[in-house]
Amino acid sequence: MKKRKYALFLALLLALSTFLAACGGGNGGGGDKAGGNGKEDNKKELKVNIKTEPFSMHPGLANDSTSGSVLRNTFEGLTRINKDDKPENAAAEKVDVSEDGKVYTFTIRDHKWSNGDPVTAQDFEYAWKWALDPKNQSQYAYQLYYLKNGQAANEGKAKIEDVGVKAKDEKTLEVTLENPTPYFLELTAFYTYLPVNSKVAQKNPNWYKNAGEDYVSNGPYVMDQWEHSDKIVLKKNDQYWDKDTVKLDKIDMLMINDVNTELSMFKKGELDWAGSPFSALPTDAMESLKADKTLNIKPIAGVYWYKFNTEAEPLNNVNIRKALAYVIDRKSIVEKISKGGQIPAMAAVPPSMFEENEKGYFKDHDVKTAKEYLEKGLKELGLKDASELPEITISYNTDEAHQKIAQAIQDTWKKELGVKTKLGNEEWAVYIEKLHSGDYMVGRMGWLGDFNDPINFLELFREKKGGNNDTNWENPEFKKLLVDSQKEMDPAKRSQMLKDAEKIFVDEMPVAPIYFYTNSWVQRDNLKDVVMSGLGDVQLKWAHFE
Amino acid sequence: MSALPNKKDKFVVVGSQADHAEKINKPSLSFWKEAWLHFKKNKLAMFGALLLIVLITMAAIGPHIVKYDYATNDLMNSNQPPSKEHWFGTDDLGRDVFARTWEGARISLFIGIAAALIDLAIGIIWGGIAGYKGGRVDEIMMRIADILYGIPNLLMIIILMVVLGQGLGTMILAMTITGWIGMARIVRGQVLQLKTQEFVLASRTLGADSRRILFKHLIPNSMGPILVTLTLTIPTAIFTEAFLSFLGLGLNPPLASWGTMASDGLPALEYFPWRLFFPATFICLTIFAFNVIGDGLRDALDPRLRK
Amino acid sequence: MIKYFGKRFFYMFLSLLVIITATFFLMRLAPGNPFTSEKQLPPEIEANLNAHYGLDQPWYVQYFDYLKRIATWDFGPSFKYKGQTVNDIISEGFPVSLALGIEAIFIALALGVLLGVLAALYHNKWQDYSSMIFAVVGISVPSFIMAALLQYIFAIKLQVLPVARWDSFAHTILPALALATTPLAFIARLTRSSMLEVLSNDYIKTAKAKGLSRGVITVKHAVRNAMMPVVSYLGPLSAGIITGSFVIEKIFGIPGLGSHFVTSIQNRDYTVIMGVTVFYSILLLLSIFIVDIIYGLIDPRIKLRAHKKGA
Repeated sequence: MKKRKYALFLALLLALSTFLAACGGGNGGGGDKAGGNGKEDNKKELKVNIKTEPFSMHPGLANDSTSGSVLRNTFEGLTRINKDDKPENAAAEKVDVSEDGKVYTFTIRDHKWSNGDPVTAQDFEYAWKWALDPKNQSQYAYQLYYLKNGQAANEGKAKIEDVGVKAKDEKTLEVTLENPTPYFLELTAFYTYLPVNSKVAQKNPNWYKNAGEDYVSNGPYVMDQWEHSDKIVLKKNDQYWDKDTVKLDKIDMLMINDVNTELSMFKKGELDWAGSPFSALPTDAMESLKADKTLNIKPIAGVYWYKFNTEAEPLNNVNIRKALAYVIDRKSIVEKISKGGQIPAMAAVPPSMFEENEKGYFKDHDVKTAKEYLEKGLKELGLKDASELPEITISYNTDEAHQKIAQAIQDTWKKELGVKTKLGNEEWAVYIEKLHSGDYMVGRMGWLGDFNDPINFLELFREKKGGNNDTNWENPEFKKLLVDSQKEMDPAKRSQMLKDAEKIFVDEMPVAPIYFYTNSWVQRDNLKDVVMSGLGDVQLKWAHFE
Repeated sequence: MSALPNKKDKFVVVGSQADHAEKINKPSLSFWKEAWLHFKKNKLAMFGALLLIVLITMAAIGPHIVKYDYATNDLMNSNQPPSKEHWFGTDDLGRDVFARTWEGARISLFIGIAAALIDLAIGIIWGGIAGYKGGRVDEIMMRIADILYGIPNLLMIIILMVVLGQGLGTMILAMTITGWIGMARIVRGQVLQLKTQEFVLASRTLGADSRRILFKHLIPNSMGPILVTLTLTIPTAIFTEAFLSFLGLGLNPPLASWGTMASDGLPALEYFPWRLFFPATFICLTIFAFNVIGDGLRDALDPRLRK
Repeated sequence: MIKYFGKRFFYMFLSLLVIITATFFLMRLAPGNPFTSEKQLPPEIEANLNAHYGLDQPWYVQYFDYLKRIATWDFGPSFKYKGQTVNDIISEGFPVSLALGIEAIFIALALGVLLGVLAALYHNKWQDYSSMIFAVVGISVPSFIMAALLQYIFAIKLQVLPVARWDSFAHTILPALALATTPLAFIARLTRSSMLEVLSNDYIKTAKAKGLSRGVITVKHAVRNAMMPVVSYLGPLSAGIITGSFVIEKIFGIPGLGSHFVTSIQNRDYTVIMGVTVFYSILLLLSIFIVDIIYGLIDPRIKLRAHKKGA
């Protein structure tokens, strides 16, 4: 009988003690972690958060910035964007360009894959052709359409063998382009242009699905561990040609989806970096981060804009479009909503490419001019008052930040112009389909440059039926300028042509630019030489702790 | 309830007057009156009821007390702490949290009550018919319910919200699509028990048709358990709404519910805590109120639990 | 007995079929397709992708294919993560969720029963009131708020526990606690009321009269019998733990199946949504089934018979 009593006592004790032990254990663990961070000298391990599982670790399949963040540090392309934001030779030792700008001959540097195989010209040829081969379903194959026959091969209209990339010998790669492409050496630093070890890939078609012996790369780091949806661990690549430059031994790339959690972990020392470009900072935290001076902000090549469907009433009227665009209070949006130091955009091409675009083509929140345009537009439509305009639907994909901006713009349009609007939001996949099929009136969109050239921000409006135009707008003069610019070898002249094109674009206002993107982040003070390009990508090759 | 109030009466000698032998000393009370008397004694439940009345009143008048509209932005005054101007502060778009809280109360309570009432309607019809008809019909109807009951309802709700798109209507639909089954089972159980009792037989002999028997006799007499289930369905629905909002499957802006407000306010916990505090507190108070009322009703309506 | 099992199994199977069919067709209805992206794909590539995933087939072919694949426990590929199948995702995420779930169930049971028994033993005393206030609070607070508060207080303000992730034992405490709160409160209430009922039974009075000590009575007679409602709560409990894990895993950055499910909802990764739903449904149906069997085993009054479901 006594035993029973003990049993109860023991059971309760057990329950309690596990609980207490749990708390106690936590104390120790937490304490250790907090103490060991950031302060010690010569720290050689970096912890960042890449937010989500990357789409694919195959350079030819990757189609998202998360994959790019990893690949940029594990692979070495023909060129690499250096600290001054210019492409410099990397896997290529020497580049020769033909007179007409259409043939590039790369001499491959003497260097090795992480498994010791030499990196050859064939590895590049293999990788590019693999990505263009329609049976491999690369969603980013269009990045390679600059190659001769690239698009045709990808669409099954030409043979893969006819694509303009050829390994003349182990060390010589000859690339033939469709058109002279003044920014081609920027492109060769992009991840779709990275090489793949053809020997390994041919032996094991699944080489890229997990970390391990077959996941070989030729960059500053190699992938050591890949716990899907949990973390990727990179370690220094001993075979890297420039390994003396690499200071970090290990990089932990965690995948934590919640940005608040991420920031808390940073504050507690469990991460060395929080925010862009790997992830984002919670908007609610911005003010406090600004106040304690820990927030870093850098403008990047990207623009947030509102597209007008130029075939929908009343947006088919250019003056109405201009009225709506001019009246938007970008400064308030940037300061009160997005809060990341974004730059109000009154132009299409980011200031990192056209410096004068910091000012733009018109004044922000220009209520007076907007009202004039509105009057003019209403007259043309035969209406007396803005209240007679058809109700305009502002669409955005479901997201807190987009929603707030849409609400603010809705408010301004109503208050300043008396234009009636309603909001509609959809999930991303649905939203993008509606936009692409022209089933919208006004819709938000963000556009980020893939490479450092203004053409990125204009090209999509070249043709009405272009996949990403969405506005149903086109202009023969604009189109001609773009087409001609592609053949222009003189950089200054070419730049002028693109500026002229932009002017036409802003004058017709098929989109209302809102702001130019910035990267905003917090980092450990002693973390140095993390190189962020004008596009906003980060390279960790040179990173180190002081 | 350990003290028996009429304990000493037990020992009062009343003699053996024959004419009083059949007399019931306790005043005759209807079932509901007695339940009410019992419910009144439950302090916690009464507190819950009071709380609920206050909440409902505020939902009705709250948005009109202040001069601010729940949906109007005022970016210059965003994230203001509670003050004389804005009693509950403002949110990130400068909207008045007080106005939004009570607008949110309307929507959250509406979702809860609508979901519960729809459950009730379907449940009564399905369970009532199954229980009353019995036999083959019962078998088939209850098997269908069993099969649907096996479906994890929250998963189903999520999928429906993903597919049908977000909105008040879809949310209520999603919640009721499997939600009615619990109610149907309870109604059926009650009807099965009651239909063999004499008063039903009496009614039938007097010529009442099935419909009348079911809706005039069986259902009203099952009201106790039905009411309890109903009170407990409402907080579940409010909870589910908050949960869906957190998953990003909530209502479209600028509509405010407590769930959307709380999940919007969650990231602001460290910086602008009032944006989380008010909606969260009222969710908790509402759930609390319904739970204690439900418990109180269960005790009051179940004669076996009355001591 | 066998007949009972057979029948239960049959209904489980039917429920499952309804779930699979419903999820399949609902997902077909869902607008948008998994390959839409900011930069539109050339139509040829999209057609290629559709063909690869069998999306170009008529719906009935796709439906029966899907049934066939599920029958062989193959949930198909993920649209969002190249080279990963839904099976991979489940087999990587589920063990984590399971560990978290078991820890939470353990906490909920241990503390819930403890609180409930205490409350009943000290009926109408401060122990009773404080346990019940705790329980009511536990039931009234939505799990995402509870999780965020715990994280804020213990990890950010007091700095005693890690903020997030799933590494050491210390990492598991906050998420497990947050996940356990609601079921803990339920269990405490259930235990209390059934303990009170049991304690008022004659056999307890008899035991007291026999002079048995309070502890013996509590353990040997009361708790054991009072556990019945708690056992029957285990089915809904596991459902609550699973859905609760969506929220908890997201907030604490835990790479479990729950956070996967939430991400796949946000990504509209249809195969993952369907696969995980079907997987969870199987899990829940099985757990309810098992709970019923356990219930039958510990309560000799209940015979497992086919018409048990009655009233």
